[in-house]
Amino acid sequence: MAVRTEPFVLNMGPVHPSTHGVFRMRVTLDGEVVVDIEPVFGYLHRGIEKLAEQRTYTGVIPLTDRLDYISSMSNNLAYCLAAEKLAGIKVPERAEYIRVIMSELQRVAALLIAVGAFLNDCGAYFTPFLYMFRERERIVDLFEMASGQRLTYNYMRVGGVSQDLPEEFMPALRKFMDMMPRFMDEYDQLLMQNEILLARAKGVGILSKEQAINCSISGPVLRASGVKWDIRQADPYSIYDRFDFDIPTQTTGDCYDRYRQRVEETRQSLRIIRQAMEQLPSGPVRAEVPHLVRPPVGEAYAHIEAPKGELGFYLVSDNSIAPYRCHIRPPSLINLTALRDMVRGWKIADLIIIFGSIDITVGEIDR
Amino acid sequence: MEIEPAKKYIYSDIELDREEGQVIEDLKAQSQQPIPDPDQWLDEELEQNILLTSVDALINWGRRSSLWTAICFPACCAFEMIAANGPRFDLARFGMEILRASPRQADLMITAGTLTWKMAPNVRRIYNQMAEPKWVIAMGACAISGGIFASAEYAVVPGYNRIIPVDVYVPGCPPRPEALIYGIQMLQKKIARRKNIDVRKILER
Amino acid sequence: MTVALSGKEVASKIEEKFSGSVVESTPENLVVKSDQLLDVARFLKETGGLDFDYLNFVTAVDYYDHFEVAYLLSSLEHNHSLMVKARCYDRENPALPSVTGLWQGADFQEREIYDLFGINFEGHPSMKRIFLWDGFEGHPLRKDYI
Ligand code: SF4
Repeated sequence: MAVRTEPFVLNMGPVHPSTHGVFRMRVTLDGEVVVDIEPVFGYLHRGIEKLAEQRTYTGVIPLTDRLDYISSMSNNLAYCLAAEKLAGIKVPERAEYIRVIMSELQRVAALLIAVGAFLNDCGAYFTPFLYMFRERERIVDLFEMASGQRLTYNYMRVGGVSQDLPEEFMPALRKFMDMMPRFMDEYDQLLMQNEILLARAKGVGILSKEQAINCSISGPVLRASGVKWDIRQADPYSIYDRFDFDIPTQTTGDCYDRYRQRVEETRQSLRIIRQAMEQLPSGPVRAEVPHLVRPPVGEAYAHIEAPKGELGFYLVSDNSIAPYRCHIRPPSLINLTALRDMVRGWKIADLIIIFGSIDITVGEIDR
Repeated sequence: MEIEPAKKYIYSDIELDREEGQVIEDLKAQSQQPIPDPDQWLDEELEQNILLTSVDALINWGRRSSLWTAICFPACCAFEMIAANGPRFDLARFGMEILRASPRQADLMITAGTLTWKMAPNVRRIYNQMAEPKWVIAMGACAISGGIFASAEYAVVPGYNRIIPVDVYVPGCPPRPEALIYGIQMLQKKIARRKNIDVRKILER
Repeated sequence: MTVALSGKEVASKIEEKFSGSVVESTPENLVVKSDQLLDVARFLKETGGLDFDYLNFVTAVDYYDHFEVAYLLSSLEHNHSLMVKARCYDRENPALPSVTGLWQGADFQEREIYDLFGINFEGHPSMKRIFLWDGFEGHPLRKDYI
């Protein structure tokens, strides 16, 4: 006989080890079963969109770094693409390649963290996370060589990148590229068929294809549900049409698929980096752009496939040196739309891993 | 004896929201001035002890070599904080590899990230829940003054010292893990110099 | 490559069905009357050949005398996109119909617009502040806020 209990409300967050920052949920539970959740945002609302209206076009770039702070390079790229589209600036060849290399390296780093954090939520406390951090440190070293910063790179500029790669960058990158596949194999061996992972993640938190599309889900979460939609191929920006890579997809859309999807995407990113390294031309890295960009009156939307999904910037210009309006399309926020439907009926322990498998960064949700 | 109906304590979402908003507004009104930095905490119960200096040294050694950190990771700086915990920088050398999810088991709070007014009551609560003696390291420009976001006054608190007393400030946006480790060492020195027992007071007695 | 459909062409299709609903159309976007927004949105979503099943984003812009709410729609099947806009002239109580019934992805974004601009989306399941707290005065992203 099933015993019915009175539903009660449990507060989770904003400071909780597995809410990835300061995210809060009001969970209504019936015993251990999740009946309803209500996400509460805003604990990191820093007014980035408001601040962007008071800064010059170049001055917004440091703010974009702090959106999704584990993939700053991608944010830089998305913003610069939008500003360039608005002002009609063409970027030199070499800069395009450097941008691709950087944003793909960033994807590898961000996906590593996503995978590590997910395993952390599954109960493998901190060990996989530390493994992933070991590799991430190597990527961060590369970024530091190029930009001088470890987290908030502020590397790209409207019209190119801030400076050329230093001499020691390419050998270091080559060395990293030789090492990385070995690490990937190591993880696969440790984790792919891990019984605990399978038991906890397989079949849990299924997101159907139709619902994923209706909820505007993007990125690995969308592709794990079986929709072959990657902006790098669907709407190629920068020079992504020159590279040869696959878009992996999964079929069921459960937590395990989302995890697998991320691992497979990392391999594709490495493929792109390898091609870009071979083709890297020499030449200038920055177009002749005045210090104060004054785009004509108009609006532009540019989007990229960031590690978390479709990251877009919608800029409106009134022909002054500051954007009239700078809207950011945050993949993390929009990917959470489906969370409520995904967790209903699951146990509270599953809520943690379903939430972990969506992979959010609060800086981007609240902006 | 009549048992009160449970319904009385079940609040609707709207009530919860309103209550939270009220708390935030109250705190905002109270904390318009920075709190001065704490120099010393006075522990009264140890005054009777005779082994004055050596006890001091022993207590301080114990306290400073196993600082446990409470989780308070609002924003970007958190990643440098985790990196400092990570394999390369290995904070475990300083006896503080453990991140405590429960503030009651922690004695150090590293405030890694921007503080917003909405978050402020929660940080205050975490601080209040930590057991004495406790220390705070403000990590990053945002934690010191609001940093790059200071001009978004409507949402961002200009520095953690409006809410809680801060012992050590580590500048940078974000500070490198080395800088954080240096900050921790400074805090350890500060603890080492602490007098738990006031000799003069005892002699006067 | 995602093809950005010409607002003018789509406008003529919409006009056939709902005459007088399109206020303005340019090659980049089209502006529809706010009270007919929902009908037009449903038409765009359900008509074969258009099939806008994916809502990229919703946002608002404050132009002092009016608010402009922009919807970027895409079709994953045909790989084309279209920017649809609606305007509200009322600064005190701006309101628009909510499209959450058609695209659930608009849920949090409409709440965000309500929070930061004060535009009320009628028919949204829980229209309340999302980032700022209950009791906060004003709407920060309006141009006249401080
Ligand atoms: S100081 Fe810089 S890195 Fe740290 S939280 Fe603030 S903006 Fe982020």
